Amino acid sequence: MKRRGDLLDISALKVVFYTYRGVIKALNGVELWMNRGERLGVVGETGCGKSVTAKSVMRLIEEPGKILSGRLLFEDKDLLQIQESDLRQIRGSEISMIFQEPNSSLNPVMSVGFQIAEVLAEKNKTKIKKQYPAVAEMLELVGLDAERVMTMYPHELSGGMAQRVMIAMGLAPKPKLLIADEPTSALDVTIQAQILELLDQLVREMGNAVLMISHDMGVVAEFCDKIMVMYAGNSVEYATTEKLFKNPRHPYTKGLLQAVPRIGRIEELKAIKGTVPDLVSPPPGCRFHKRCPHMTAVCQKEHPSFIQVEDDHYVACYLFGNEGGGGH
Amino acid sequence: MRYLLRRLGFLLFTGWAALSINFILPHLMPGDPAQVMIAKFQGRLNPQALKALSDAFGLTADKSLFVKYLEYWQRIFSGDLGFSLTYYPAKVTEVLADAIPWTIGLVGLGTIIAFTLGTLLGIISAWKRNSPLADILVPTALFFNSIPYFWLSLLMLYLLAYQLEWFPLGGGFDVFAIMGIWDKVGSIVYHAILPLTTIVITAMGGWLLTMRNNMMSVLADDYIIFARAKGLSDRRIKYKYAARNAILPSFTGFSMALGFVIGGSLLTEVVFSYPGLGYILYQSVISLDYPLMQAIFLFISLAVLLANFMADFIYAILDPRVKEGGE
Ligand SMILES: Nc1ncnc2c1ncn2[C@@H]1O[C@H](COP(=O)(O)OP(=O)(O)O)[C@@H](O)[C@H]1O
Ligand SMILES: [Mg+2]
Repeated sequence: MKRRGDLLDISALKVVFYTYRGVIKALNGVELWMNRGERLGVVGETGCGKSVTAKSVMRLIEEPGKILSGRLLFEDKDLLQIQESDLRQIRGSEISMIFQEPNSSLNPVMSVGFQIAEVLAEKNKTKIKKQYPAVAEMLELVGLDAERVMTMYPHELSGGMAQRVMIAMGLAPKPKLLIADEPTSALDVTIQAQILELLDQLVREMGNAVLMISHDMGVVAEFCDKIMVMYAGNSVEYATTEKLFKNPRHPYTKGLLQAVPRIGRIEELKAIKGTVPDLVSPPPGCRFHKRCPHMTAVCQKEHPSFIQVEDDHYVACYLFGNEGGGGH
Repeated sequence: MRYLLRRLGFLLFTGWAALSINFILPHLMPGDPAQVMIAKFQGRLNPQALKALSDAFGLTADKSLFVKYLEYWQRIFSGDLGFSLTYYPAKVTEVLADAIPWTIGLVGLGTIIAFTLGTLLGIISAWKRNSPLADILVPTALFFNSIPYFWLSLLMLYLLAYQLEWFPLGGGFDVFAIMGIWDKVGSIVYHAILPLTTIVITAMGGWLLTMRNNMMSVLADDYIIFARAKGLSDRRIKYKYAARNAILPSFTGFSMALGFVIGGSLLTEVVFSYPGLGYILYQSVISLDYPLMQAIFLFISLAVLLANFMADFIYAILDPRVKEGGE
């Protein structure tokens, strides 16, 4: 298969969760790729599989979840094939992650300085104490008073401070890829902008690639070079930010963009009728067909594959000369 | 600091209250304890000794309650708890001093072993929650946690000591043999095995289940998956993150249990005729030995209060969130 991104190239990724309600088919053949130093935004309604995708990149899916199949190339390694011990060398040093809830992602009984130092010590194979100078430097970089914050505990931090700590922790090991899963969603609106700006500036200086996950089209449009639109566990459209806004192809993307100017968030999709399907028994064929204004007979049979319609523009929809067979 | 001062204040207040109740109780009992004592010991002690006893214990009727109360405190601070009636002419303090090492040795050790084993198994059964080991451990723990203690101990005593004669029927060591120091140690260990086992078996299940529950809920927290995302080893996550945080609630229970050790395990010591505080307490109750009873209750309440204070103290060191909550 042709390589699409030189940093990360995910194809046909399937993840399920075994629950008492049945098997949740959370990811149904996700396609996603990135080049070095690039910023990719992943958007979609809540529950469409953004966080599961993010966690899968580092193989962090835990019971009752399971990565069923797919290929997950990071540089030249398939992360789905390597040993857990090799994966640990990548986690936290080559790829790092920022979660949505900064306060609860920090260990409540360890000081902030210790928790950051721990990551660096793990990466550089040194004693934890040796890393404190580097930690202080990093905390200053994210705009915190290092001396004071170093010895503080998570419950003493405000949401904004905690997210700065998370950013410091995420960027301290100078990862090639930073995954930020809704980094601003849990914060006050005024602080959201500050955090995004900080992230923008630091990443620009350090040159990391960023996988930015959000349900806020505005955030992604401002921050990212490329955008991947997800729907119910599938990648449905991928393009540069400019192309996606100027010339959206997928009916779902069009709906999303119509919703943007009015409400900013895509929680309420007034432009698209219907609701997200239940992933225990999703509709056959294209998972979007029940809500799609252009639905035809073929849409109900098989999921369309993700095909290129022009440079840097891919879409999974039968409206664009699709043979089908994707995501099966 | 402020948190600890407040806890200390609380300790002093509850200590005062417990000791005062301990003083009041014999006076509230129906009938006059002094009369009971005198009746009981009539003819066995000479009248002066009897008078001295009831005086010393503040039970003589001719002083006001308040004066007696002050005298009570005076006696406590001078460490004079009077004479035991059962073990006369031994002083209460001597009787206690003889009994306490036995109790701490047996029940204290039993509690520590049960807590350590139970907690370790709890960690394992939560960490590998779908393994065959967890499938066996949890129902077993539930079973041993719910069988009545006296039933288990009597059964073991009957089978292992009476029928099979593997273990002695009771006592702390072989009182009739004249032994060197090492033989004596051996005899003590030999006598302790059976009661210790019953304590460990019945107490362990509770610690296991508590730790397992705490651990499961901690494992579902965001910071655990985040710790994995940071590239930490499984071992580090299991002990430094999950178990370290999950043990905090168990820890309070453990400190309380250590406090109750002083009271002895009444049933254990009675069943195995073990010469500790629990056994003495039982003896003092059936022979209406008020001075001894009062002293033991005093000891138990102080031990529990102190253990409680220590638990708060150590908890504040282990969990930085506590200090804030206390301010
Ligand atoms: N631990 C889990 N157990 C069961 N189902 C899960 C779990 N995590 C995610 N899912 C399911 O996977 C789907 C995608 O979830 P997620 O990736 O969190 O969505 P989002 O796009 O909002 O981040 C949802 O349908 C959710 O129910
Ligand atoms: Mg999410």
